[in-house]
Amino acid sequence: MVSAGSTTEGHGSTTEGHGSSTGRSETTGREGMGSAPADPGAAPLAPREFLRWAWRQLTSMRTALILLFLLALAAVPGSVVPQEAVDATKASQWRENHHTLAPIYQKLGLFSVYDSAWFSAIYLLLMVSLVGCILPRTRVYWKALRARPPAAPRNLSRLPEHRAFETSASPEQVLERARGALRGYRVVSDVAEVSRLAGARTSTTGGEELSLSAERGKLREAGNLLFHLSILVVLVGFAGGALLGYKGGVIVVTGNTFANSLSQYDDFRPGSLFKPSGLAPFDFKVTDFDVTFIKEGREAGMAHKFSAGLDYRTSPGAATRHTRISVNHPLTIDGTKIYLISHGYAPHITVRDATGAIAYSGPVVFLPEDNTFKSWGVVKVPDAQGPSGPEQLGLEGELYPTYAFTDATGPFSAFPDDKNPALSMLAYQGDLGLDDGVPQSVYALDKKGLKPILKPDGKPLRVDLMLNQTVTLPDGMGSVTFDGMSRFVKLQVSRSPGDLVALGGVVLALLGLLGSLFIRPRRVWVKVRRDGGGPDRRTLVEVAGLDRSAGGDLAGEIDQVVASLRGAPQQEPVRDEEQV
Amino acid sequence: MSHDQFEVLSNQAVAVCAAAYFLALLAHLAEWATARSVPATATAEESGTASAAGGGVDVLERVDVDTDRVARFARIGVVLTTVAAGVHLVAVASRGLAADPVRVPWGNMYEFTLTATLMVTIGYLLLYRRFSLDWLSPVVTGFVLVTLMVDVLLLYTPVVPLRDALQSPWLVIHVIAAIIATGAFTLGGMCSALYLVKERWPNTREGGYLSRLPGLDALDRMAYRTQAFAFPVWTFAALIAGPIWAQHAWGRYWGWDPKEVWAFITWVVYAAYLHARATAGWKGRAAAIVALIGLATLWFNFVGINFFFGSGSMHSYA
Ligand code: HEM
Repeated sequence: MVSAGSTTEGHGSTTEGHGSSTGRSETTGREGMGSAPADPGAAPLAPREFLRWAWRQLTSMRTALILLFLLALAAVPGSVVPQEAVDATKASQWRENHHTLAPIYQKLGLFSVYDSAWFSAIYLLLMVSLVGCILPRTRVYWKALRARPPAAPRNLSRLPEHRAFETSASPEQVLERARGALRGYRVVSDVAEVSRLAGARTSTTGGEELSLSAERGKLREAGNLLFHLSILVVLVGFAGGALLGYKGGVIVVTGNTFANSLSQYDDFRPGSLFKPSGLAPFDFKVTDFDVTFIKEGREAGMAHKFSAGLDYRTSPGAATRHTRISVNHPLTIDGTKIYLISHGYAPHITVRDATGAIAYSGPVVFLPEDNTFKSWGVVKVPDAQGPSGPEQLGLEGELYPTYAFTDATGPFSAFPDDKNPALSMLAYQGDLGLDDGVPQSVYALDKKGLKPILKPDGKPLRVDLMLNQTVTLPDGMGSVTFDGMSRFVKLQVSRSPGDLVALGGVVLALLGLLGSLFIRPRRVWVKVRRDGGGPDRRTLVEVAGLDRSAGGDLAGEIDQVVASLRGAPQQEPVRDEEQV
Repeated sequence: MSHDQFEVLSNQAVAVCAAAYFLALLAHLAEWATARSVPATATAEESGTASAAGGGVDVLERVDVDTDRVARFARIGVVLTTVAAGVHLVAVASRGLAADPVRVPWGNMYEFTLTATLMVTIGYLLLYRRFSLDWLSPVVTGFVLVTLMVDVLLLYTPVVPLRDALQSPWLVIHVIAAIIATGAFTLGGMCSALYLVKERWPNTREGGYLSRLPGLDALDRMAYRTQAFAFPVWTFAALIAGPIWAQHAWGRYWGWDPKEVWAFITWVVYAAYLHARATAGWKGRAAAIVALIGLATLWFNFVGINFFFGSGSMHSYA
């Protein structure tokens, strides 16, 4: 299996394709640690001995197997518990719903399994084991690569496939035919050479013995080594990307611009070695957003094609260029990619205060909540003048792009397109809590210091607005107007420099894997011996083979070789005892 | 034909091919029932001259007749399976033609399962002669039949167009590879399962189904070969084409989304299988068990994930 050498040494023990795991670790142990002969007087677990033992354990096939299982098992929780890095909102929701479990899970790292200490420990151990495994194997392979096919073992009948027959052809003729039959093999049949290597023997019957050795499929081990090495490459690529790259999300209302700097992002996740100076200095304006909703049929309401127009510059001084991005078609600027992730509505809302002055005006991003694009949004008005001094106002509620109402369902959105938009929000007054230094979400009202604005009948005031309508707030507090609709796009901006390395690694791994699985290393030996004397001397031919991988049809191939060596089938084969 | 008509055609074809699989299964069951009265060696050599356990001419003749009948039932079963596969193909193809615009028929679980089962049948038929797979026939036809039934009863979804995210050539490549790998892993898993059964009950009644299975070594080799074929295909599907497509669609190669997690788990488990086969003490039985665990994770990924994690996965459509 691993050490090409092991099969040449003791053929009797290699009736199977692979050596045993202990055989492997002994080999690597010997190869890797050969410089430190054990001191016979030392205690059994002297530190050095212990280290050597531990290393051998770690790099054994059995350990690799167990670590692989652990890796598979360890990956499971990450698919069950919401992951911070995959869906932060979901993770925090989960936390809120599981008060007792959440702190424990947090400690165990279950919200970020794939960066957790224990997950990393498993794959790092696996990688160490891998390195400890590949290095000695590479050395063994390197030596074996230049070695000639090994000479025929003394007793061919002990090999897994063995045939014997007699022929009238001369030994030289048989070997010559064998050469032809073993196409694709590396053959050593130079009579003198082989005999010398095999320690030319004279058979008991007095005849001269000649033999031929053939080998093929040495590249299998190379494929296997390439595969395992490439796994390391993938990991390096992954790590590089995660450390040096970043990923950010930003919502941009059509008509607005975005410049690539930290302050512009809504959320930003840098790798630990990322430097803000690594942000490419581009900027762009979202000129428009185009979407087609399927109007009829089962899939009515599904967004069919959507795309956003961008005017972008690769740096502040550069020329402006126009492009469109859509799902599956991101824009790449200097290795930074800009993806269109999702979209939604930003109604224009104007709030006038008690004095009639505009206290707030502009598009407000409402986040879609379902496929009908019923959306949720918040307006914060920190600087309004109330009837009696400065005041803060807050609005929160729904946007229905195509407003509809039935008694059974209440208000709903009948279609995702903005055919008949309506807003329905509750109004609050008091302290928005913007000044106490705690960062807060723009999509939620902190109601600690707020109280609902009440109608004269004592019920909370609902600001219901169709497009271009205005609602007046009670007690001369001002008014709210729904001026128009814009759309927003949610963009992801990311850079992960190691991705191509990782991808290249996977492709190499695949190539190596193919070699490793489908190249069949195999050895075939042919021995010929002349018996007796006189004109009817017979040549006794033995053919035997050894498959060094599983799954090959060795018996079939040996049969073919025998068939072509015998030429015309005059003789009954002298079958191997084990075959009868 | 209109798109709607294609959808109806697809549904009818599914029903017809299920019926054909059912008949094929019956033929194979009849084959094995008849075979019980024939010593294993007789059918193995496809001739009636077997050493019919010391019986007289009567016995020999009966064995002769039964042997013929066994072979006939086997042939009928395979022919029916071939017919079923043809109709199955029609079902898959018209499913794609039923969508407007026309698309690849791999937009949801129902379609995926429909195609993966077809792949199992095709794989089996392709290998049938080369590896004399008649012993696998009842398992394949039974499996495909049951899976198709589950597919229709639990997973059926009307035809809908592909979402934007799915409209990429990489989807086609990714899914074809995943389906081929799934079909091959499933065939390999059947061999591994039969290996375990045979290993557990090595001395069964002469003539029974188990006694007609190939030897343990041959079963193990067959399992290895199919799974060793599937593994690189899976590597390509899950670790190359999938990430490239995800990169186009979502801006990241790999995001540890539940579907990706389980694809990774499957990959690691099958890597463990390949290692197990090369490790003393793990060869044979333990390796076969590992292979079946791998198969379980694979099917769980296609069916279970959607049921248990629902919209938790960005891949919730497939
Ligand atoms: C990162 C984790 C690893 C993965 C994913 C992995 C995967 C694989 C795969 C898919 C094969 C099958 C190729 C073949 O049969 O030739 C294989 C073979 C092999 N692996 Fe690994 N491996 C890993 C780690 C290791 C480690 C740590 C060792 C050393 C202890 C190791 C030693 C071997 C050996 C010796 C073979 C050849 C077995 C044979 O001849 O069939 N692998 N590995």
